[in-house]
Amino acid sequence: MTMTVPAQGHSAKDRPKDEMKETPNEVPNRDLSHSDSHLDLDTPEKPYLDANELIINMGPQHPATHGVLRVILKLDGEKVLGTECVIGYLHRGVEKIGENRTYAMFNPYVDRMDYVSAVSNGLGYCEAVEKLLDVEAPARAKYIRVILAELNRMASHQLWLGTHALDIGAMTPLFYTFRDREEILKIFEKYCGARLTTHAFRIGGCQYETYAGFEKEVKNFLKFVAPKIDEYEELLTTNRIWLQRTKNVGVISAADCVALGVTGPVLRASGKKWDLRKAQPYAAYSEFDFEVPTGENGDTYDRYLVRMAEMRQSLRIIEQAVNGIPEGPIMAKVPKVIKPPVGEIYHSIEAPKGELGFFIVSDGSIQPYRVRVRPPSFVNLQALDLMVRGLLVADVIAVIGTIDIVLGEVDR
Amino acid sequence: MNPMMHTVAPMTMMSPGMAPVATPFFFYMLAGLAIAGGVLVIMLRNAVHSALSLIVTLLAVTGLYLMLYAPFVAAVQIFVYAGGIMLLFLFVIMLVNIDRAAKDRRFNRMWPIGLAAGCGLFALFVSAFVKGRALFPDRMMAMSESSNTQQIADLLYGNVDRMGQYRMGPYTFAFEIASLLLLVAILGAVIMTKKKI
Amino acid sequence: MPNFITSYFGSTLTPGAAGNQFWALVYVFVIFTGVSVAVMAMNWLERKALAHFQIRLGPMRVGPHGLLQPIADAIKLALKEDIIPSEADQFIFWVAPLIGLLAAFTVYTVIPFGPSEAVSDMNIGILFMLGVSSIGVLGIVVAGWASNSHYPLIGALRSSAQMVSYEVAMGLAVVSAVLMTSMNEKGTGTLSMIGIVQAQQQQGIWFIFKFFPLGFIAFAIFAIAMIAETNRAPFDMAEAESELTAGYHTEYSGLRWSLFMLAEYAAMIAVSSIAITVWLGGWMRPFPNLLRAPAWGFIFSLFPGLTFAGLAAIAVIGTIRMPSHSFFKVQRMGLAGFAAVLGLIAFLLLVLAVAGRSPDASVAARFNAGIGYVYWFVLKIAVFMYLFIWYRATWPRYRFDQLMRVGWKVLLPISLGVLILTAIAGVVVS
Repeated sequence: MTMTVPAQGHSAKDRPKDEMKETPNEVPNRDLSHSDSHLDLDTPEKPYLDANELIINMGPQHPATHGVLRVILKLDGEKVLGTECVIGYLHRGVEKIGENRTYAMFNPYVDRMDYVSAVSNGLGYCEAVEKLLDVEAPARAKYIRVILAELNRMASHQLWLGTHALDIGAMTPLFYTFRDREEILKIFEKYCGARLTTHAFRIGGCQYETYAGFEKEVKNFLKFVAPKIDEYEELLTTNRIWLQRTKNVGVISAADCVALGVTGPVLRASGKKWDLRKAQPYAAYSEFDFEVPTGENGDTYDRYLVRMAEMRQSLRIIEQAVNGIPEGPIMAKVPKVIKPPVGEIYHSIEAPKGELGFFIVSDGSIQPYRVRVRPPSFVNLQALDLMVRGLLVADVIAVIGTIDIVLGEVDR
Repeated sequence: MNPMMHTVAPMTMMSPGMAPVATPFFFYMLAGLAIAGGVLVIMLRNAVHSALSLIVTLLAVTGLYLMLYAPFVAAVQIFVYAGGIMLLFLFVIMLVNIDRAAKDRRFNRMWPIGLAAGCGLFALFVSAFVKGRALFPDRMMAMSESSNTQQIADLLYGNVDRMGQYRMGPYTFAFEIASLLLLVAILGAVIMTKKKI
Repeated sequence: MPNFITSYFGSTLTPGAAGNQFWALVYVFVIFTGVSVAVMAMNWLERKALAHFQIRLGPMRVGPHGLLQPIADAIKLALKEDIIPSEADQFIFWVAPLIGLLAAFTVYTVIPFGPSEAVSDMNIGILFMLGVSSIGVLGIVVAGWASNSHYPLIGALRSSAQMVSYEVAMGLAVVSAVLMTSMNEKGTGTLSMIGIVQAQQQQGIWFIFKFFPLGFIAFAIFAIAMIAETNRAPFDMAEAESELTAGYHTEYSGLRWSLFMLAEYAAMIAVSSIAITVWLGGWMRPFPNLLRAPAWGFIFSLFPGLTFAGLAAIAVIGTIRMPSHSFFKVQRMGLAGFAAVLGLIAFLLLVLAVAGRSPDASVAARFNAGIGYVYWFVLKIAVFMYLFIWYRATWPRYRFDQLMRVGWKVLLPISLGVLILTAIAGVVVS
């Protein structure tokens, strides 16, 4: 961690104005032949398309792309030869906004990136700024953070399961998972007033004390949801149609994952046991006893099994945490106006979708010089092309679902 | 024993004294439909329209088979010809670019010769029918259905199992050879369309 | 009463066979309205049952518990703007739903609801049914073509390829059951639908249980193939919402689209009735041989009335449980009226059942028997419809190549095997 003032030119503030000509609106209609797209379109050596080849567009509006994602597919009949993702339809300039907000004011913006698991986003950002400030949240705050983050992991995985099953054609698990997710959202609403974009944590700890009956409700939830996970598994895990749709579909090896930077359940399902909660523990995770499930083949079915197992492990963590919340303050001694010393920090956590990292550069003022978010969905989406080569079109939708992307995070 | 006819034949069975009215009507209607469908096949520009006219022709021929007391053949005609072969025709028409053909001349330049050949063939058929009428007295169309209910019932009853008996009896060899031919055709199609064996 | 009306009551022939145009027309009319009402009821049942599977309620507002929802949908579809793509082939666009509809409805001429309750009994009945169903495929192909758009065409071709593939397996499964009809003293079977049921009656066993498990496997093959034939889940890739190809009826709106849905549901009922006739004993009541005593006959003849009484009771409970708010007054009255109508039908049926017991009431007995036949047939159809909905709610859908693989590589060899084994078993047993 250097302590010098960052060099010129890395922030959008310093870039000359006439360089920023290419607006996002130009990107989708750009001439693909000039890009270094690996779809090999229109090169002089090859004719544009063979007789059977076809370029089709899974457009931004599509029920199965989980947001506004545009995927251009090059097909040979029905087989996929290559894909190209066009993103940016949900770009809101969050990182640029971060340069013009104080550290505390930026906290709510962070929730809106991965809007499905807002608590994890908040946790990552708050911990990153705390590291920059060199303060540590008190133990009670850490436990509350762990409980809420694991509840959020559970909710995120439930939403993933419902939508993924719906894409493959099973329409019933969606309703079951959403019904059970309601209980988690009720707890969030009672805690911090919001269901989805929770803004649950503050820099230095938590603002809100746990409400009366919090532990009891969380314990009731644990008892309520454990048989529900069995219900989801009963519907899908041994179903022959589910197996045929997900086994050996979208295989990616562990080496490829590491090379691309893919993290999260996708990496773990390919066989590599890497979980930031164990590898670089943060926020009281080192005090809990839980396993990190891994898969073998790296196909869609393994990713499904890994996420189901992670749900159960989350329940385990929550149970241990809720049984032993220490007493004490919930907020560390943090100055009212947060002015971190000059420097930069990169801190990452294990969000439900993968490694969520925050790189914050501070120049000593009340607003960060640069906030760069390393979203797991953005990096994982790069693996899409590798996973769908040789698959059929119907599998593309299954694979997009299994990577578990949220466009708010991909585009920011 | 259940005669299979539509409500046409029963009308005559209920009142045996009446001359059959509907049968010639249905024959001329179905035959006219078949001929009209055939003419439309070659006259329409759009290939899909032609295929649909061919389906109309085939269904008219089905009706004619029914009138000839051959219900099994009629059903097979629908099943195989109209429902299977015409479907494949439509697949090919729809998947292959035939827009170019629509812009070509509709009729060949040699059409007078074709018309003359068709008329000659028609004259041949008519003369064969007229001259040979004496050879097949009991197969005449003018069979009065009102008095031959037993004959009709015999014809219809066991139509299918009589065919089965023929297929297993005198015509076994021919049937097996025909199925072998079809098998060869299927194998040929599979081999030609597979990219690598 | 004129002879042509009463002659039917005493005969054992179908109206078509006996040349009775009046009753044939009556049957055609009844079947037409009955199938239309059944399709509307099926629409309601599908929405309600799917909703309950997914822990929600389904339509509740239009009529008590959504009972008038299908009517509202029909009115809405009829009043919608009829959009025809400008580049589409006008004539074919118009004729495509008609082909499907004609094929779906013509099949009902041979479906026997009783030994003489059918429009006509062709001696090639089952072949006619399978053949006319294959004409419906043409309607789908033509509909996809008429839309003049890439995706509906691909979807239509896929749909039709799927339907044609599964017709083969269906046909072979039916052939093995027809083979079973010939295992009597005379040694000849029959293709006529009524003949098949009568063969089951005469041999004293439903064909699903004959040469167990061969009859059961044949029935299972047909049950799977008929789901694929009607493009229902889990074989509905060609018309699923989240796929790229949007299905053959994309460009159709309003009444034309509803004709496609009508044809689809009518085809579902038609193929279910093939399965019921050929394997499940058609119109026969359960346990025709095990429980042979006349007392059992009387008990089973009470079932129609008891079913309607049960439905009336459910409606009454629904009325009682409706919230006693003034907003629900109309719904409560409607449901109570519906319960009253059901109760009245139940009462009439029970009276008829009791009256038909006495030996000198021939007309009542005839009515009673006829109603009994129709009731058991329709009950079996209802079970199949529920199964269709259940499958849709539970299972994901097959990918298209997996679907074709199942049809050709799994069902076809098994059905061939069942056919050969059935023939061997028949020879061995006789």
